[in-house]
Amino acid sequence: MYSIGVDIGSTCAKLAVLEDGQELAFHTVMPTGWSSGNTAQAILDLLEERGFQGAPCVATGYGRRNVPYAQKAVTEITCHAKGGGFLFGEGPYVLIDIGGQDTKIIAVSGGAVQDFLMNDKCSAGTGRFLEIMANTLCVDPARLCELARAGSGVSISSMCTVFAESEVISLIGSGASKEDIAFGVVDSIVNKVASQYGRLAGPGSACCLTGGLCESPYILEALSKKLGTPVRSSPLARYAGAIGAALIAYGENKR
Amino acid sequence: MCAYTLPPQFETFTQARREGFLKAMAIKEAGGHIAGTFCTFTPCELIDAAGVHPVSLCGMSQEPIPAAERDLPKNLCPLIKSSYGFAVSDTCPYTYFSDLIVGETTCDGKKKMYELLGQIKDVYVLQLPQGIQREQALEQWTGELRRFRSVLEEKFQVTITDEALREASILRNQIRQAQTGLMELQKLDPPPFSGLDLYRLLDGLGFSFDLHATLQKLADLTAQLRRDYDAGARPVPAGRKRILVTGCPIGGVLEKTVKVVEENGGVVVCFENCSGIKPSRYLVDTQAEDILTAIAQRYLRIGCAVMTPNTQRMELLPQLAEEFQVDGILDIELQACHPYTVERCMIKQLADRIGIPFLALDADYSQSDLGQLTTRIAAFLEML
Ligand code: SF4
Ligand code: SF4
Repeated sequence: MYSIGVDIGSTCAKLAVLEDGQELAFHTVMPTGWSSGNTAQAILDLLEERGFQGAPCVATGYGRRNVPYAQKAVTEITCHAKGGGFLFGEGPYVLIDIGGQDTKIIAVSGGAVQDFLMNDKCSAGTGRFLEIMANTLCVDPARLCELARAGSGVSISSMCTVFAESEVISLIGSGASKEDIAFGVVDSIVNKVASQYGRLAGPGSACCLTGGLCESPYILEALSKKLGTPVRSSPLARYAGAIGAALIAYGENKR
Repeated sequence: MCAYTLPPQFETFTQARREGFLKAMAIKEAGGHIAGTFCTFTPCELIDAAGVHPVSLCGMSQEPIPAAERDLPKNLCPLIKSSYGFAVSDTCPYTYFSDLIVGETTCDGKKKMYELLGQIKDVYVLQLPQGIQREQALEQWTGELRRFRSVLEEKFQVTITDEALREASILRNQIRQAQTGLMELQKLDPPPFSGLDLYRLLDGLGFSFDLHATLQKLADLTAQLRRDYDAGARPVPAGRKRILVTGCPIGGVLEKTVKVVEENGGVVVCFENCSGIKPSRYLVDTQAEDILTAIAQRYLRIGCAVMTPNTQRMELLPQLAEEFQVDGILDIELQACHPYTVERCMIKQLADRIGIPFLALDADYSQSDLGQLTTRIAAFLEML
């Protein structure tokens, strides 16, 4: 039996199809664009093309209520923990999800959420922050993360994205190298995430990273260093929410 | 008799506010007086005994905040900004018609706001002691009540007798008991009331000027709900997660907190905060020899975070969690409220100790955080 998970995030929509709640049969990612309703429709077209339509479906992410063909909407917190279970086992560990517009810290044990935190209405320490800074530096976010590896010495003090952007602009003006500025940007994100992590987890707790940023090796390294514990990830980690949703859909429909 | 004219901005008011305005105007036209209050610590027995009508002026809406921000910092509790904004912009009928505004030295933001408010309205501030464990706290607070008594006597040219105080205390006690009776119906499983309806009802009582009618209304409603429930009415479906709400006054954030809880599989069975159990559970000892001291004593039992240490809240919460069989504790705090946001950490420790899941939320009066609050609340309920 197939089950479908649709994760409509603020920047990207992720789709995962599971077979019998075990094998990942299909997965893909696409930009959310300005209308989550249109994105949901595009996903449906894709599902039909691939012959998965009609399978039980759960939606998650900030656009979770705009997926008319989903039987249920479940928050990204619960879905990430479920998907984390699929990728990293039952725990206990702390799952960090750096998403497009928010960062979530989730304490997982026995495959279920024990406690969680989300950043306030502010984009510091999120994918959005990285994106804006990358834009200012005229590179793409993945490139920024790799440039950061060769940089040092710069710190960005402002927590507010708008002020941080002008800080970056004046750094460019003062002749700082792209590498050093990139270093400062990543450092700022990692610091913000670490301070949130510290509010929920004891030092050295096992830690896993999900969300778009986990594809950058340097982010993983920098985060591991800051948290004092190796941060695990997986090539499928950005699909954690969608996989979790598909698992919930499977769990509620299997006989 | 004197006639009052309507300020022009009242023309655009909603029905409810117009009605409130008309009620307040009727009182004034009949030669009556109104005292505006902001806090659960206001000793309303004294105001009642002076023959004056107390009415709550707590600002619960975003609307007057821009007006307040001309004088007050942006990063301040929305309740304080909203209350002040209503006064400076003359858009709240009750504030407009208040002969006297009564405040207390509770949090710093409110204290300082009262000074500013004093420039445009007649404001009297009672000095509330904040360490109830000290021997002199009761003595000091009783002294404050004595002083307030003479202020009222002088301002309204009345004599406040001990008999009147006793009578007022008896009536206030009855209302508190009736409120408690209504709120305790929520101990039923499933409860007979949605938390949203319960809160709105309790909050609305603050705007009724006829206390005997209020008492009757509460008694009738409780009896009616009980009858319906016994006859099998179940307005709240079984199996919903039972939530206890604690923290700041939440009249201004009800829609994006309590309502969201109840749209996502929960039901609020207990409000510990102001308007809920905290102010209604403790009564005045009306038999006491010195009635003023007895009134003072009752108020010092309120577990508000302006007290330090706030042992009463720490004691009440586990009791309520047990009595109401709660599945989760939701600490709702207003943005930039220092007493409650700092105390949060201790409430979290307490929740861990008694093994009940805990979620804290910060909210202001705007709509901009609705999406995030919804995700947090829904995730919390999914976790239970
Ligand atoms: S929370 Fe405290 S200060 Fe605020 S109204 Fe209630 S008792 Fe007064
Ligand atoms: S909510 Fe907090 S900051 Fe606001 S008035 Fe009450 S105690 Fe003061």
